[in-house]
Amino acid sequence: MSKQKNSFLEWIDKRFPMTVTWREHLSEYYAPKNFNFWYFFGSLALLVLVNQLITGIFLTMSYKPDASLAFASVEYIMRDVDYGWLIRYMHSTGASMFFVVVYLHMFRGMIYGSYRKPRELLWLIGMAIFFVLMSLAFTGYILPWGQMSYWGAQVIVSMFEAIPFIGETLHNWILGDFMLSDAALNRFFAYHVVTLPVLIVVLVFVHVIALHEVGSNNPDGIEIKENKNPETKIPVDGIPFHPYYTVKDIFGVVGFLIVFCGIIFFAPEMGGYFLEYNNFIPANTLQTPDHIAPVWYFTPYYSMLRAVTVNFLWIDAKLWGVFLMVAGVAVFCFLPWLDRSPVKSIRYKGPIFKFALAMFVISFFVLGWLGTQSPTPLYTLLAQIFSVIYFAFFILMPWYSKIDKTKPEPKRVTK
Amino acid sequence: MADSFSINNEMSGRRKFLVAATSVAGGVACAGIATPFVKSMMPSERAKAAGAPVEVDISRLEPGMLLMVEWRGRVVWILDRTPEMLATLEKLEPQLSDPGSDKDQQPDYAKNRTRSIKPAILVVEGICTHLGCSPVFRKDIAPQDLGADWLGGFFCPCHGSKFDLAGRVYKSVPAPTNMVVPPHVYLSDNVLLIGAESKESA
Repeated sequence: MSKQKNSFLEWIDKRFPMTVTWREHLSEYYAPKNFNFWYFFGSLALLVLVNQLITGIFLTMSYKPDASLAFASVEYIMRDVDYGWLIRYMHSTGASMFFVVVYLHMFRGMIYGSYRKPRELLWLIGMAIFFVLMSLAFTGYILPWGQMSYWGAQVIVSMFEAIPFIGETLHNWILGDFMLSDAALNRFFAYHVVTLPVLIVVLVFVHVIALHEVGSNNPDGIEIKENKNPETKIPVDGIPFHPYYTVKDIFGVVGFLIVFCGIIFFAPEMGGYFLEYNNFIPANTLQTPDHIAPVWYFTPYYSMLRAVTVNFLWIDAKLWGVFLMVAGVAVFCFLPWLDRSPVKSIRYKGPIFKFALAMFVISFFVLGWLGTQSPTPLYTLLAQIFSVIYFAFFILMPWYSKIDKTKPEPKRVTK
Repeated sequence: MADSFSINNEMSGRRKFLVAATSVAGGVACAGIATPFVKSMMPSERAKAAGAPVEVDISRLEPGMLLMVEWRGRVVWILDRTPEMLATLEKLEPQLSDPGSDKDQQPDYAKNRTRSIKPAILVVEGICTHLGCSPVFRKDIAPQDLGADWLGGFFCPCHGSKFDLAGRVYKSVPAPTNMVVPPHVYLSDNVLLIGAESKESA
């Protein structure tokens, strides 16, 4: 029997590099042995991606991308389709959880210096995935065609109008109409179910290939490839991804699923943070809801957008707001070149970096909270102050990371 | 055999030229085939055709009342301002960013303090010039959330932009310009045509 199996494998391997691929990426991919819980979030992001792809396919079977039918078709899924409510809540909760795990995954990279040489490109590919993810979230949020779908999209698409000279043409080109209407809903559906999913799957594949080329970083931020067993050429601090980390990740998956199912079954709207109450009202083109705010994962950037209230140089406040918002996301791309510290991991970095990182985390949360609130003069001032702190973390990094008092890195990974 | 098929890795002048020429031709072909796809995303003929002017009967509009009508899928407000409301326009001018309506956001016949043809009747697109939300008509004076200086006007809940009762934008708010006054004309005392300046051009 086993001989038969082997000859079958041989038959395959002569035609497709199956065993080689399995070894290279799983059974003989050596990852540092000191991964902690922060290393769950990469594989969890993959899990949520699969969840989104599968539940998404089933939602398209009952959803109608037509401005006059969309809202009712979502309610039809919720009420009349067998288990439609479950599939939709898995998808909507998955969207928010995608951002939870991706933000934690990115934060892991920030504390352990995973963006540093030789992983700059890996980090940039990750940022590309983040951009696509944001586009997916935005286009998906429009589909139920509720009040928040409509006015949220109106705000985002109007940003393109702020671009000088080509703004209006670009705006009409994006919408396929002179205002947000059925044409836009129809094409955003196409982006959400075809273009962007294909793009994100390809980018995730490229991200993993790039990771396996340079090897995983670890909580100590040292290169395990620099210390290989002279005979086996295997890093002494490395363990095969399979079975060690596959088993560990399954443990993470179980923990994640407990939280995920808890939300789906007990709080799918999450108090208006995952599914906003105004979106249970069909889109009304004549009236903006009294209070509009994006879903939680966009609120830090949304706060930056509305923080700018003064015209500066020859550019007006509106365009500066849009610019600041885009910069708030894009600035992560520059991290590999902003960090001049001699060490990678926070374990060996000095007090200045730890303080700066703490200020960054606080400003991210404060901006996020402000983005959910109605603008008042006090809140606008707070948004301005914390936007400055947010950007200061990045812009001042080349200086403070250089003068910071670091500890020496160990030769081998530690616990 | 090997000789006749041996590959010359040197880029000879002729090969360089062929590679460059093929690249240029390929680039032109790509731009060519991209054109119909990009063009297909512009507003369609049907979208362009929709957008006829609308006639509104304002005989039942009372002072202080705001009427909403839809034109080209946008909300247009018709507000009959009371004398008290009109009196606020001058008082607020120091707080406004473009009190003289110098930026081209209105037809010439609405480039005045009230931004209207008939002083009392304001016709304006109810869309914030910041990011396209529809502001809220707040005629209450000095409400708690807008402060003691508030004399009535329009407040955008999305990003906090403020406009006076002629749709003129305040200073230091995200919106850059006054609200847009659409082309409009009075066909008779009480019938307003929005979207055109005469019955014929409609």
